[in-house]
Amino acid sequence: MLTEAERHEIEEEIAAVREHTRAAVVEALKVVQRRRGWVSDDDLGDVATCLGLTRTEVDAVATFYNKIFRRQVGRHVLLICDSVTCWIMGYHDLLEHLRAKWGMELGETTADNRFTLLPVACLGLCEQAPAMLLDGELYGNLTPARLDEILATHA
Amino acid sequence: MPDLREYEQAGGYAGLRVALRMTSTEVQGTVKAANLRGRGGAGFPTGVKWSAVPLGEGARRPKYLVVNADEMEPGVMKDRILLEGNPHQLIEGIVIAAHAIEAEHAFIFIRLAYREAAERLRRAIEEAASAGYLGANILGSGLNLDIAVHRSAGRYICGEETALLNALEGKRPIPRAKPPFPQTVGLWGQPTVVNNVETLCCVPHILRHGPEWFLGLSRSSDGGTKLYGASGRVRRPGVWELPMGTPLREILEEHAGGMREGYQLRGLLPGGASTDFLTPEHLDIPMDFGSVTQAGSRLGTGTMVVLDDQTCPVSMLISLEQFFARESCGWCTPCREGLPWVVRLLRALENGDGRSDDVALLEAHTRLLGPGRTFCALAPGAMEPLQSALKYFHEDFTRHIAERGCPWRKAPVV
Repeated sequence: MLTEAERHEIEEEIAAVREHTRAAVVEALKVVQRRRGWVSDDDLGDVATCLGLTRTEVDAVATFYNKIFRRQVGRHVLLICDSVTCWIMGYHDLLEHLRAKWGMELGETTADNRFTLLPVACLGLCEQAPAMLLDGELYGNLTPARLDEILATHA
Repeated sequence: MPDLREYEQAGGYAGLRVALRMTSTEVQGTVKAANLRGRGGAGFPTGVKWSAVPLGEGARRPKYLVVNADEMEPGVMKDRILLEGNPHQLIEGIVIAAHAIEAEHAFIFIRLAYREAAERLRRAIEEAASAGYLGANILGSGLNLDIAVHRSAGRYICGEETALLNALEGKRPIPRAKPPFPQTVGLWGQPTVVNNVETLCCVPHILRHGPEWFLGLSRSSDGGTKLYGASGRVRRPGVWELPMGTPLREILEEHAGGMREGYQLRGLLPGGASTDFLTPEHLDIPMDFGSVTQAGSRLGTGTMVVLDDQTCPVSMLISLEQFFARESCGWCTPCREGLPWVVRLLRALENGDGRSDDVALLEAHTRLLGPGRTFCALAPGAMEPLQSALKYFHEDFTRHIAERGCPWRKAPVV
């Protein structure tokens, strides 16, 4: 069930796109994800109802985007760039460091539900490679040591 | 970043005032005369693109101007610099372009990772609106325009202009068939122009100083300046605004500072992941659309990715092709099935499972996923670094097969 606040925010998104209700679908999914971290099947159905769309229409959009999560994620989502410049500049060192630190693979969540680790396409921070996106924030010039410092500030 | 007053003091919105004294056709003519070519990668003349939009009383309305700020091509970070550095310059370009095609609504489609840029844009849009540069009856001209910022949720194909339109409409963003082109049947079926950020940032200056001035900035027949960039193992990776047609060597050696200590240049992708490799023998070519094409590659976005002598070209291709395979929208079979096959072949080479006919199989893919074989340009773009790597680094591929694995990984330094 969507909360009153969520429903209200989705209605604002619908109002912003005027007669093109469907155009609010991505923002509506983000409204849910902002509070819950991901979009469950139930939430997806509620978003579809708000927009007057079928579940299939909404899921066709939700599953298409890399940053709409249709599976549960941890409290923090670390998207590590594995595109070409970061690949050259130290992506593997960062990945090996995280795998050793957390004892898990890409696509998994730490046992304490603190971090989910996912690969991501080029973040547009190539002059500061290697880079990552952590909870929507860009970080560049990463080394394993700097990565540890940043992660320590995310409880 | 300059606020509105600082931007105005530097001559900001003067180009718009010039444009508003012209008819739409005259603005188009000015931009055509300046030979501004699209900076998103394809290099299509901007004024010509605008001129395909129906104008006047009989034209269908509303019409839309859409700004492509998706910038998800690996190795490309130039539009981020413009969006964060001076959003008013883009807004001024948008208003002029909207006037040129008689559009009343504009959308900026920006990738999710550019949160800072999106916030600065929103603030600048508010400033511009309160100063009368946006909204109803702009500067008393009778022109109306609003700008909405749409933040994506991450997918490379959204940068393809027709997929971008589907994304804005809230549909699954796969590309549309062309023709019809967006200029006649675009967003919600209405006449629409999609322009890149850097392209629109050139427009205010063309109007303010005239096409001859813009042409004079360039060292080639393509007008203006260009944002060039370099990333990889160079001393000073970054982005620089330089005359169009600046030689590759000058960008790499003077601006990027040359290769880092202990590394040699083996090759580079001149304009992002979907451009053919160039090699040290090409360093004296001017970086303009025609010259790079003549050298067998494309200027693309003008932001180069550098391959050094201690990085395995086959391994670099795994990263490139894995990106394209993952970002393929899956709509057409050659792209959906072909790209993962290419990745599997490259991984087999890297892991020592390569077979003698694998190089021929990779070469076949460069033809079967080439231009004309797929629904859009994603897979043909993916084949550009592969086909040129097979040409310039052929021995690296065969060594992976002969030595049953990656020669770089066996090196003791790694």
